[in-house]
Amino acid sequence: MARILECKLNGRDRADAVADNVLLLDYLREKVGLTGTKTGCDGGECGACTVLIDDRPALSCLTLAATVQGRRVDTIESLGTDGQLSAVQRGFHEKLGSQCGYCTPGFIMASAGLLRKNPKPTEEEIIAALGSNICRCTGYVKIIEAVQYAATLNAQGVAP
Amino acid sequence: MDALPEFKVLNPATLDEVMAARAAHPDSKPLGGGTDLVVNIRRGIVAPPVLIDMTRVAGLHAIKADANSIEIGASVTLTQLAEHPVAIEHYPVLAQAAGLIAGPTHRNMGTVGGNLCLDTRCIFYNQSEWWRDANNHCLKTTGSMCHVAPKSRGVCFATFSGDLAPALLTLGAEIDIAGPNGRRTMPLEKLYIGFARLRGDEAAASAAQARQDIPVTETQGDGKFFLSLRPGEIVTTVRANNTPGLRSGYDKIRIRKSIEYPVAGVAVALKREGDRLASLRVAFTGTNPRPVLLDGTAALTGGGLDERVFKGLDALVRDQIMPMKTTFTPGHYRRRVAGVLARRLLTRLFEG
Repeated sequence: MARILECKLNGRDRADAVADNVLLLDYLREKVGLTGTKTGCDGGECGACTVLIDDRPALSCLTLAATVQGRRVDTIESLGTDGQLSAVQRGFHEKLGSQCGYCTPGFIMASAGLLRKNPKPTEEEIIAALGSNICRCTGYVKIIEAVQYAATLNAQGVAP
Repeated sequence: MDALPEFKVLNPATLDEVMAARAAHPDSKPLGGGTDLVVNIRRGIVAPPVLIDMTRVAGLHAIKADANSIEIGASVTLTQLAEHPVAIEHYPVLAQAAGLIAGPTHRNMGTVGGNLCLDTRCIFYNQSEWWRDANNHCLKTTGSMCHVAPKSRGVCFATFSGDLAPALLTLGAEIDIAGPNGRRTMPLEKLYIGFARLRGDEAAASAAQARQDIPVTETQGDGKFFLSLRPGEIVTTVRANNTPGLRSGYDKIRIRKSIEYPVAGVAVALKREGDRLASLRVAFTGTNPRPVLLDGTAALTGGGLDERVFKGLDALVRDQIMPMKTTFTPGHYRRRVAGVLARRLLTRLFEG
């Protein structure tokens, strides 16, 4: 079975013929060509595939594309405009929140979801919000600093 | 993981459409957030030909709550329940249990109905297809033997690990079920029919019934069938009442503080009158093939929180909690964890 999937992807309306048994992750990477979203554990255990659905972080490896009909989906490619990094991207860049980089898009989307909901998170709230993401390089300290810095940039007017 | 098998996704907007879809496709499965079902589909454990997306069904998204009662629709997400101000204030055991499930992203996806009907888990079951094939499969899929308990004579010991069920059991919750023959309401406890070690006369009867060659009844499953839902039925709502003065809470231990399934989870609801423990209900998850509301806790009440209560609680846990080697942690360790967690939470609630 296939259908015409209509959704708002990174701010643009799309309509694509998509089979029912296609994951949102595969739709994004294979059909649309947005390879910023990463395939990690492939089973909902690592968070590398995190995207925002209606502003809430979701795992695209466990979401069927057929279930995002009419919803807003934002991937890492939606952040940053006119060559400027978003607040969270700048945070991860300047505070060294990224090492090998594979988990980074997932962490950035989970962090962006947090800042959209809660622009001034405490350290505990940051740790709790990133609980579905795993990084095997940084030890998380730099990631938490990156999100704290992003929150201050956000307060100065840089979009998360 | 392998590519997904062929299946059809239906996106009904009303409960009537869901029922029609269930009637037209008896092998269909309701799909909530997909954090349990899609993983199992990807591992080739289940292959339903039709999935029914429950996230757009009208009337299943509301939490109606006040100080006296709470009613939660099956499609409410775990994040919504965990952050609901009335739940946090008046039903802390529910908000805490919801807030400790998996990780924050999973909770944005996972639903209350999905968590109540979470598939049971086992080290021999939640594996890739080739892994299971190399081990001759197990009773819960297509094999003929339970690798955890080879002499189990048809009983599957996969563990139930949903967190909301024990929390709701301590509140005496009931569920609404919709099915092809109309709707019905029953106590949540009756939903779970996975193998249980019962006491006294029931023990012998239960051991006899729990063989694969005896048909599953609505009160006794075999592990493979651990829910008493009839064909085509779905859980639509769960409801619980508050009682004035009730103190409740939830706690669990897992290998790491996020994402993981519980080593053991415990819900406690009690009443304190002066220095007296006036009532006590304790329920566990992550230990048995069904969530267990401890039988016999009423006998521990009436006095203060002393050694008699703790020893009695330990004895009940020893008797009714029977973790098997279904995870990476040994069974006896999980039983000890369950006992210690219950003792700590009971103390905290009584003193707090």
